[in-house]
Amino acid sequence: MLESKRNWRGKMGLYLIVGGAAAIMLFPFLWTVITSITTDGNLNNGPTLIVSHPTLDAYRTLLATLPMWRITLNSMVVAVVATAAQLITGSMAAYGFARIEFRGKGFIFALYLATLMVPLQVLVVPLFIEMKTLSLQDTYFALLAPSLASAFGIFLVKQAIDGVPRELDEAATIDGGGHLRIFVTIVLPLVRPALATLAIFAFMGSWNSFLWPLVVIRSQEHMTLPLGLSTLHGQFTTQWNVVMAGSVLSIIPIAVLYLFAQRHIIQGLAHTGIK
Amino acid sequence: MITLPTPQTDRPQLLEPPPILHRRRRGWRNAGWALFFLLPSAVPLVLFTLIPMAASLWVSLHKWNLISPMKWVGFANYIKLIKDPQTLKIFLHTLAYIAGYLPLVYIGGLALAMALNKKMAGRSFFRAAIFLPVVTSWVVVALVWQWLLNPSNGLVNHVLGLLHLPEPGWWTDPNWAMPSVILASAWKDLGFVMVILLAGLQSIPTDLYEAATVDGATGWQRFRRITFPLLSPSTFFVVVISLINGFQVFDQVFVMTGGGPEGASQVVVGQIYNLTFRYGRAGDASALSWLLFAVILLITAGQLRGQRRWVTHA
Repeated sequence: MLESKRNWRGKMGLYLIVGGAAAIMLFPFLWTVITSITTDGNLNNGPTLIVSHPTLDAYRTLLATLPMWRITLNSMVVAVVATAAQLITGSMAAYGFARIEFRGKGFIFALYLATLMVPLQVLVVPLFIEMKTLSLQDTYFALLAPSLASAFGIFLVKQAIDGVPRELDEAATIDGGGHLRIFVTIVLPLVRPALATLAIFAFMGSWNSFLWPLVVIRSQEHMTLPLGLSTLHGQFTTQWNVVMAGSVLSIIPIAVLYLFAQRHIIQGLAHTGIK
Repeated sequence: MITLPTPQTDRPQLLEPPPILHRRRRGWRNAGWALFFLLPSAVPLVLFTLIPMAASLWVSLHKWNLISPMKWVGFANYIKLIKDPQTLKIFLHTLAYIAGYLPLVYIGGLALAMALNKKMAGRSFFRAAIFLPVVTSWVVVALVWQWLLNPSNGLVNHVLGLLHLPEPGWWTDPNWAMPSVILASAWKDLGFVMVILLAGLQSIPTDLYEAATVDGATGWQRFRRITFPLLSPSTFFVVVISLINGFQVFDQVFVMTGGGPEGASQVVVGQIYNLTFRYGRAGDASALSWLLFAVILLITAGQLRGQRRWVTHA
């Protein structure tokens, strides 16, 4: 009797903690949407959960100021290309390091390792100068340049390839398959989970990146979402409904993706933690 | 003390060493393959990481405003930086950020992970909801929280007012600017830390708890003797990642406070940005970025050395 009562209380406490946390996490998103459909972005008459006269005015102002479609498309294209590039360069390099013996491998591997340790912040100034010198400043290529290959991704996939038994390669070699065939038909399908994790990291990294676009992009037509949004901030500090409308529009694509790939995203990120 | 058997992963060497005669030819063929597989990653890494790295070192030894010719100054930039009280200030701000952020996400994340590790209805919904801010970009998070923490008509102060509690000036007040940034950052990353710790918790064998319960261990004892020690690899990962990311904090500070008011929340990367693009001091900025890199490297190396003392099985 007592035991079950205590259990019941424990369960209630559990739901209270978890439910409370979920509410704290979700409410700001709801608040963003609410603010974006009010006429008076400052909510001078006090905050309210029910908007008496919902309006899309803020969205109209937003679309008149920022080419949102273009910016969203930029973000998507850049993120997809960066992800594809990192998958290709990452899996190929990982295979090279895991399966091919060649001279100077240790040294080259160490160089790759070095690039993994240097944060983007160290590179921002010289990278900006490099782009300026090559007249590539304010172009799509400049946005993509630092994310075409990632040493992190290479290590992630190499770890997975190291776990693939070499007997499988041997079998393919006897059948007359070269490295390319082993790579494509045997190794790649077996390391799909690692590739998925790499894809998630690459996509989110590119989608959310701010410092580099801030440094290298000037024109609206090449802006990505975080950069575009940050420019709103200066112009509309008194019109929060417009700023929030921009936030809503920029959350939608990633939220939709998250809805479908939620399990993969969470697991992908979690598995980098336990190894 | 509980010791877990560690699996032996010695793989037998399957490949016989190739006969000497064929070595040369084989070596060449391998070089071709190595080139084929490595070139796609080597080209961008050399062009957009290694060369900028070298260039950054070179620039850090010069006085340069990005326009007029560079002037060699040796290590003067570094010496100037170390002597400048501003440098200490921005590093202290960055440390203050980490000191506020880490306990918040770790304790919050651990509590939620332990709750979600129990059987409950709607567990995956709760996990997904708490994780949602992780996929949201820093700029959006910063804007939303700037609005929530708006001193005059933000929601948080409105609620505090209703409860007759003091209403801080948040990001407009030098004393509250950093706490505002910390609050927004912890909100965004809580789900990530929770998921890492949850994965760690799930890897702890349940029979350990059963045995401890049979022996009459209390809940606290089970946490203290089983959960916490066996979770230490995940804790270690969270601490290392938080320190690395903490020293590189920029986006949310730039958007929420711009480093202000009166430089009260300026952090290292913000200073690098300002030095380069506001004051045209690329040499100083490069020197500062290498100083930052050195600090991150030292702290991470220290962590890796120190882990033997408190991380189980690592």
